[in-house]
Amino acid sequence: MLIASAGSPALEVAGLAKRFGHVRALRGVAFALDAGDSLAVFGPNGAGKTTLLRVLAGLLRPDAGTVRFGGEVLERSNAAHRRRVGLISHHSLLYDGLTAAENLLFYARLYDLARPKEAAARALAGVGLQERASDPAGTFSRGMVQRLAIARALLHDPEVMLLDEPFSGLDQRAAAALRELLARLRAERRTMVLVTHNIDEGLELATHVAIQVAGRFASLGARDGDLAAYRARYAEATAGA
Amino acid sequence: MRRVLAQAWAIAAKDLLLEFRSRTSFLSALVFTALVLAIFNFARDPTAVSSVDLAPSVLWITFSFAGVFGLNRAFTLEKENHAIDGLLLSPASRTALYLGKSAANLVFVGAVEAIALPLFALFFNVPLLDVLGPLVLVIALATIGFVAVGTLMSSMAVNTRFGEMLLLVLVLPFLVTPVSAGAEMTAKMLAQRPFAEWAPWLKLLAAYDITFVVLCTLVFEFTLEE
Repeated sequence: MLIASAGSPALEVAGLAKRFGHVRALRGVAFALDAGDSLAVFGPNGAGKTTLLRVLAGLLRPDAGTVRFGGEVLERSNAAHRRRVGLISHHSLLYDGLTAAENLLFYARLYDLARPKEAAARALAGVGLQERASDPAGTFSRGMVQRLAIARALLHDPEVMLLDEPFSGLDQRAAAALRELLARLRAERRTMVLVTHNIDEGLELATHVAIQVAGRFASLGARDGDLAAYRARYAEATAGA
Repeated sequence: MRRVLAQAWAIAAKDLLLEFRSRTSFLSALVFTALVLAIFNFARDPTAVSSVDLAPSVLWITFSFAGVFGLNRAFTLEKENHAIDGLLLSPASRTALYLGKSAANLVFVGAVEAIALPLFALFFNVPLLDVLGPLVLVIALATIGFVAVGTLMSSMAVNTRFGEMLLLVLVLPFLVTPVSAGAEMTAKMLAQRPFAEWAPWLKLLAAYDITFVVLCTLVFEFTLEE
């Protein structure tokens, strides 16, 4: 796994702004994370959380501001930069008509991994889906799809993981398995940004917490309170939003 | 370059595998082709217009519309689970994406044409075997140009409302050259005219292919901007 160069944060965001028509989805968002830090961004629907992740992933061009990985400014046209990021989105980004193994093999080839078949098999085993390798992704339950999506996102061993509502639609068992997996990623010192409107699920993994309201970070800092404290802060920040 | 081609191949192979498993677009295109040929065959008056005079236009109109089925599916299948984001997140270049999509479209449209051609000979009773070699060359050249433009337009139309209709509107003006060149050459071949008479059309088709393959490859990345 790549680690940020000495002195530079693993992920640094400055002055991000993005507007869709008259809606300002991001307004001066800024933060910096070191390798192994996990930022949980909480916010109500429409706060601009998904836009933030899409900008960090290079899928959206910001109107203003910069994103830096290990000190290097993110350039969407730079393939090496795209390799540094893994995204777990609302959507699985998988093909229902392909088997689990074929989906991962396809992505392994796009990422030009040295031994794509072995990499796909390893990623499948990492999320406990090796026995379903030959089954079409379209036949999987929501929890299994999410695990496969995580395997896809981790396939190329990214240094920064971006997670958009990763617990959405999961039952308790699948959510617990996902929490375990994310804790493992944190232990591997991957930098993570997780956005969710669910404080209970996000706080456990976070080293840093931000509350985003109407495109702006209403609060940002190292995690310094318990669930009740953050619930209160969230209620205060989003009152009237 | 090797990496771009390998990524393009991965994308094309994935598209073809998905189509092979579902066969939805392919079967639709085939049924459409058979129906168009049958309707033209039964609607024409053989005492007023001979088969050889009518057949070239029918063949190329059928190819054009059947081909659009293939172009539509190219990016529609990336909408499923927002898979297009997975492609754009990957280090695969936009050129690889365009070449991969074009290659899959080329195979798709080529397969429809390969089945349509015998049907065409059957319905219109034209002596295709005598001109099969040159005709296949002309069809291949026209299909390359058609697919080059169509793949680009398909990426533009996919995220719009009524994308399938919009694709037709976008693509048809660009098809005037390959379709008219193809129809002219087919007519001259079926009429046993010498090569010198249809050679200028062949050159035009080759120039069209080179121009649009290069142009569309260069322009493609801008169609994927948010």
